[in-house]
Amino acid sequence: MKNYLYILVMGIVTITIRILPLTLIRKQVKNRFLQSFLYYVPYVTLAVMTFPAIIHATQSKISGIVALVVGTIAAWLGFDLFKVAVSCCGIVLILELFLV
Amino acid sequence: MHAPRLGSHRQVLSQGMRDGFPIGLGYLAVSFSLGITARNAGITPIQGFLMSLLCNASAGEYVGITLIAASASFIEVALATIVTNLRYILMSCAMSQRMDPKLPLHHRILVGYDINDEVFGITIARPGNLDPWYSYGAFATSVPFWATGTALGIVAGNLLPLRLVSAFSVALYGMFLAVIIPPARKDKVVLLLVLMGFAASFVGSLIPFFSQIAEGTRTIILTIVISALAAFIFPRKQEEEVAAE
Repeated sequence: MKNYLYILVMGIVTITIRILPLTLIRKQVKNRFLQSFLYYVPYVTLAVMTFPAIIHATQSKISGIVALVVGTIAAWLGFDLFKVAVSCCGIVLILELFLV
Repeated sequence: MHAPRLGSHRQVLSQGMRDGFPIGLGYLAVSFSLGITARNAGITPIQGFLMSLLCNASAGEYVGITLIAASASFIEVALATIVTNLRYILMSCAMSQRMDPKLPLHHRILVGYDINDEVFGITIARPGNLDPWYSYGAFATSVPFWATGTALGIVAGNLLPLRLVSAFSVALYGMFLAVIIPPARKDKVVLLLVLMGFAASFVGSLIPFFSQIAEGTRTIILTIVISALAAFIFPRKQEEEVAAE
């Protein structure tokens, strides 16, 4: 039951965050520090969440590390979201046939 | 501004649906992996479906799930949700600049409901003022996949062989990489921040005391500290902001 309350909190906060600027702010954010901070946040937070978590997600640490490398290369080469995700899954599947 | 509005809603709606569909397919794989994480946190398929329908945010939901697993307080969950979804504030600001000032409030609210990396990407790429009907079309063919995939991950995570669960569980991180790596290639500061994020998070998981703090809370602390430092040392030029998006 408590999970529903958690989900309600997450849902309300997420939707409010998305809607407020769109409905209230009609002008560009002017503060340079705030603007830069908001710009950098997504990249930092996603990087922090990816590593080292990715190496604990798989059965073998090695396949997790290789998935990180393969995903980084695929994204660097400009593959779209779906292809990058699939190449990470694929390499883990193949490697763990030998590793696990 | 110059887009004809009358009678074109249906056409714009179907354009949105067409562009949203490949996003939906990508969501299916990624949300499946999110579902596996949710299952490990004791979340039921219905709860997962509801969470994904309300939030539709991979990183935000992921952090929320790790906090739920740790039985964190509601305040912690709310704060973590704000921080991990901060980028939506920026996207919402950017989109507000591209809206017809006369657009009624209910359209602004509905468009705002599902601002996320992918939908923002295809929406902002269109010329002229944003047409809410395009967003509605894109939502219709992407959000259901996200919610269904999450529920499927929770259900089938049980039935799948461990080998496949292990493989699927990296899809989420693959998606994160697909979001952060292309900008890092173009912008050396972003590249530096990505590498610093990796390093700081790794060190944080090892050192005593700090590693005892819940994973989600660690993510918030590291994100705020690194991003604030970067904003202080490498402030961005105003014009760059819009062009980069």
